[in-house]
Amino acid sequence: MPRVPLPWLAEWVDLPAGATTSAEGAMQVAADLARVGLEDEELHGSDLTGPLVVGRVLTARPEPQRNGKTINWCTVDVGAFNTTDDDGAARVPRGIVCGAHNFGPGDHVVVALPGAVLPGPFPIAARKTYGHVSDGMICSARELGLGDDHAGIIVLEDSPEPGSDAIELLGLGERTLEVNVTPDRGYCFSVRGVAREYGHATGATFRDPAAAVDVPAATASGFGVELADAAPLRGTPGCDRFVARVVRGVAAAGPSPVWMQRRLTQAGMRPISLAVDVTNYVMLELGQPLHAYDLATLTGPIVVRRARAGETLVTLDDVERRLDPEDLLITDGADGTRVLGLAGVMGGASSEVTPSTTDVLVEGAHFDPVSIARTSRRHKLSSEASRRFERGVDPELAAVAVQRVVDLLVAHGGGVADAALTDVDQRADREPIVLPTDLPTRVVGVEYTPDVVRDVLETIGCAVSGTGDVVDGVPSLTVVPPSWRPDLATPIDLVEEVARLRGYDEIPSVLPEAPAGRGLTPAQRARRSVARTLAEAGFVEVLTYPFVSPRIHDAFGLAPDDPRRHAARLVNPLSDEHPELRTSLLATLVEAARTNVGRGLGDLAIFEIGMVTLPVPGAGPAGRPGVEARPGDEELDRLRAAVPPQPRRAAGLLAGNVEPAGWWGQGRRADHTDAIAAVQSVAGVVGVELAVAADPDHAPWHPGRCARVTLADGTLVGHAGELSPKAVAGLELPPRTVAFEIDLDVLLAAAPTEPRQGTPLSTFPVAKEDIALVVDADVPAGDVFAAVRDGAGELLEDLRLFDVFTGSQVGEGKKSLAFSLRLRAADRTLTADDAAAVREQAVAEAGRRVGAVLRGS
Amino acid sequence: MSTPDHDPTSTSPVLSPLDADGVRAALTAALDAVTAATDLDALKTARLAHAGDRSPLSLANREIGALAPSEKAVAGKLLGSTRGRLNQAIAARQAELEAERDARVLRTESVDVTLPAVRHPQGARHPLESLQERIGDVFVAMGWEIAEGPEVEAEWFNFDALNFDPDHPARQMQDTFFVDPPEDGLVLRTHTSPVQARAMLERDLPLYVVVPGKVFRTDELDATHTPVFHQVEGLAIDKGLTMAHLKGTLDHLAKAVLGPEARIRFRPSYFPFTEPSAEPDVWFENKKGGAGWIEWGGCGMVHPNVLRAAGIDPDVYTGFAFGMGIERTLMFRHDIADMHDMVEGDVRFSLQYGMEI
Repeated sequence: MPRVPLPWLAEWVDLPAGATTSAEGAMQVAADLARVGLEDEELHGSDLTGPLVVGRVLTARPEPQRNGKTINWCTVDVGAFNTTDDDGAARVPRGIVCGAHNFGPGDHVVVALPGAVLPGPFPIAARKTYGHVSDGMICSARELGLGDDHAGIIVLEDSPEPGSDAIELLGLGERTLEVNVTPDRGYCFSVRGVAREYGHATGATFRDPAAAVDVPAATASGFGVELADAAPLRGTPGCDRFVARVVRGVAAAGPSPVWMQRRLTQAGMRPISLAVDVTNYVMLELGQPLHAYDLATLTGPIVVRRARAGETLVTLDDVERRLDPEDLLITDGADGTRVLGLAGVMGGASSEVTPSTTDVLVEGAHFDPVSIARTSRRHKLSSEASRRFERGVDPELAAVAVQRVVDLLVAHGGGVADAALTDVDQRADREPIVLPTDLPTRVVGVEYTPDVVRDVLETIGCAVSGTGDVVDGVPSLTVVPPSWRPDLATPIDLVEEVARLRGYDEIPSVLPEAPAGRGLTPAQRARRSVARTLAEAGFVEVLTYPFVSPRIHDAFGLAPDDPRRHAARLVNPLSDEHPELRTSLLATLVEAARTNVGRGLGDLAIFEIGMVTLPVPGAGPAGRPGVEARPGDEELDRLRAAVPPQPRRAAGLLAGNVEPAGWWGQGRRADHTDAIAAVQSVAGVVGVELAVAADPDHAPWHPGRCARVTLADGTLVGHAGELSPKAVAGLELPPRTVAFEIDLDVLLAAAPTEPRQGTPLSTFPVAKEDIALVVDADVPAGDVFAAVRDGAGELLEDLRLFDVFTGSQVGEGKKSLAFSLRLRAADRTLTADDAAAVREQAVAEAGRRVGAVLRGS
Repeated sequence: MSTPDHDPTSTSPVLSPLDADGVRAALTAALDAVTAATDLDALKTARLAHAGDRSPLSLANREIGALAPSEKAVAGKLLGSTRGRLNQAIAARQAELEAERDARVLRTESVDVTLPAVRHPQGARHPLESLQERIGDVFVAMGWEIAEGPEVEAEWFNFDALNFDPDHPARQMQDTFFVDPPEDGLVLRTHTSPVQARAMLERDLPLYVVVPGKVFRTDELDATHTPVFHQVEGLAIDKGLTMAHLKGTLDHLAKAVLGPEARIRFRPSYFPFTEPSAEPDVWFENKKGGAGWIEWGGCGMVHPNVLRAAGIDPDVYTGFAFGMGIERTLMFRHDIADMHDMVEGDVRFSLQYGMEI
């Protein structure tokens, strides 16, 4: 994001005293800019502390060293900072060792005294070196963070007073504000734009730097330029303006002035050479990206065209790029055979300014934001130029900025500008916006009079006409936005300007009255109950990332054709290890389990409620309907169908003790019943009855300890039980880890939608019967239970299985299941005969269904 | 202690029912014995000795029948009142000693109530979920409804329908996860806003919905960023809605979640799907480091292009939308310094917050 050195800003808009050098002042500028939508990202202060003072070199004695170097042993007068003599007066010059040779006695230099800290940080102390005690340091521009010039130490002009503060003299205390510019405000990628906004925020006087440039008229005889875009993108030509001018006999590769280097450095750019620095400087000030070519390397005319198949270009960053037919290029030669650069993004090496350059061609052009954005994205090449062009550059600036570059080149590099000036201008006229005068008030909720609206729009540079006009029966203004605001295209854009400039603080706070609502949906309420039930049962809710490795399916032991292996994959995952989206919650829950166990939290019960993604093969592309109106039903259906089903699941995992050991005795280890019970309580709170059956074939669960849970109609809800030892080992979980995963969408869809109806409570006396049934050991208890329940009939109020017994008493390969029946009639007291009859029917039904025999009979 | 006199072999002379002094002496002896009894067994012995069938007072009482009628009344009165006093004293002492015994027994049954009592530990909700529910409830109380949508979403809903031009830099503002193959046009939603588009297409007007949910951006996990996070989005479409209603709604939310003194201010900003756009700052009392302002999401008036893409006439309806980060809200509301704790699934994090937030 752009960095604005505050003294630079102060050149074009009045800032309060102290704003450019004090942190408090700079923060006030930042706060003022935030009010109009330019948020400060960072305040870059000076990271240099003194004493840093002016010194006058008294003597400088070259002393050759054994390492081949020659150092200068200097004495330097630093005024009040001189060493004290016997009388206590500061009269003894400091002795300083210096490796540079571009100065001599009588020169005024910058001296960092012991105690100073230079950027780095590089603390200065008196130290012994080359046989002397060096009592400070004579500084170069680079050492002070003033640029890359390491040619030598800074020799000050105008002989300032020895001992005077060099921090202020060199502007080293200057503050730079980095502002966060939103994508609609390309014009704020410049000192010009930020100064204008500061003026809007505070009312301070803004002086347009573009207006300070005297632009001569274009001539017919300038350097040849052809705009030849044969394939405009989205109907917009790639380049609609191109300004070029030649400066001859300029020291283009020499250094730029120190002040310019300092500003470039403060703005975050590296000084390179006069030609490059000047184009960058003008870009930073005005917002117009520019390019300087070595004229000697060009064979006119310049042709702006789209790339041809197979073309390549080595850009200035030394990367060879294969060009795409959509890329807009700057080329030269007949038919533009040679590619000079990617227009508006980056130049090529072939026409670069070099130390031998004497004549320079300066380019200032206006490119289509869409074209630049696509090229920048395609080549993953974001430059200072592309960042500006893709956000929109003021097309008026091209000629202004070129002239400013020419002026600076002539002033600092000598040379003469050609009288000829090329300006190929093919811009289309801008459509005026018709703004209903009351629209700002209707949208913002603040009463803005037509005068206020007009005044604000003119303040931001719009040409407003037609006050009092009525368009389509509505009083309206006709508004042509300023050239630097390509973002202002529709009436609503102007509404924001009115609200923004008048201040968002004017907007009152009014609570709207929504129509009476229906509250949470049954599913939303039920999901809350499910989460709460699990939490109350001891599970801790966690939220895991949905990204998984395909290897998780192997660790789970899934068969090669298991549908859970069919996962959606990301094009750009954060980690190549985890490119897929989970097809089960358990796949990511196990990672949270490992984290906890690894942190010593081995008695673990966790759960997650979240979505999984189950892609449907061949679902087809979503399509991209237009956005001018509501898409057709078919288009909407295609969009919805392309989005893969993402059922909401609940999963839980338990390891270690589910009830802790304590002073009361042993704890209880989690086992398959805890997982199954969790599923059953969840179903219970939402009013769904589940059927439980063994599932010997559902990895990663234990083939002998996995329950398949279904609705009464057989629809699968999920699985619960102990995980297989192999999966547990592969997933690095504690032994005997148990888990469940259920589809909440299926479960909640089965929940009763009508109010549940109650049964009147009978207060007649209870009758109790216990029966023990012997069955084959492999008969599921659930089947016996169901037989007893169904056989007992209406009088059965409650049935419990309270004991399971195996042993020689019941016979080899047999087991005894003991049930307790609570019986009650709605209308009478049960007799002993009634109870006996129920008992008989229950035993008979169990005998019929599962071959059960009453124990002891 | 008096001599036990239930011994049938006793030869002591029978007390006369007319011997007032003798009766008084017997009573005194009896009361002394009752008082002297320090446990229930001793009291029983004393009762049998002094009020039993063969006690002097009982035997004297039995003699009354043999007296002359004129003497019967005097003797009856004497012995009646004497025995009444004795029985009362015995009953009172009995109650006293029983209470002592009961207290002693309960003392022996006492336990250490400071021993750990929780044998079945409670779990906890994740505070991000609790906070989403809490915010949802604030809106439901105002008549809004909660809308939901998919996390893997069509690009059209995530961007196009929200006025994100395919070539506009704003599309790159939100670093997007794309689903393979990219031609299918699916992304992990970068915000909860696609649910806005779905709600506008699917629900009737006026529309007031709030959308909590999970969103995704390609940020590496660090102290303040996570690639998977949560937002709560709000959308209202009605006739006559203005930015003032937007501010009022957020003011209400701020007060409900951050305290009665909390309030909102707006700073201009940019989002493709709103115009005018703003970033709300919230001021609240319990901000770490002292009451003050903190950035809180984004908001604005629904862009007319967004209304048009959903078939809503922007000349008839206006709307506002807002979105807040739940993680961020949780961090500044509960002074959580590091995002890692929220996302790593460490149970100690959720357990700090229990069920309510």
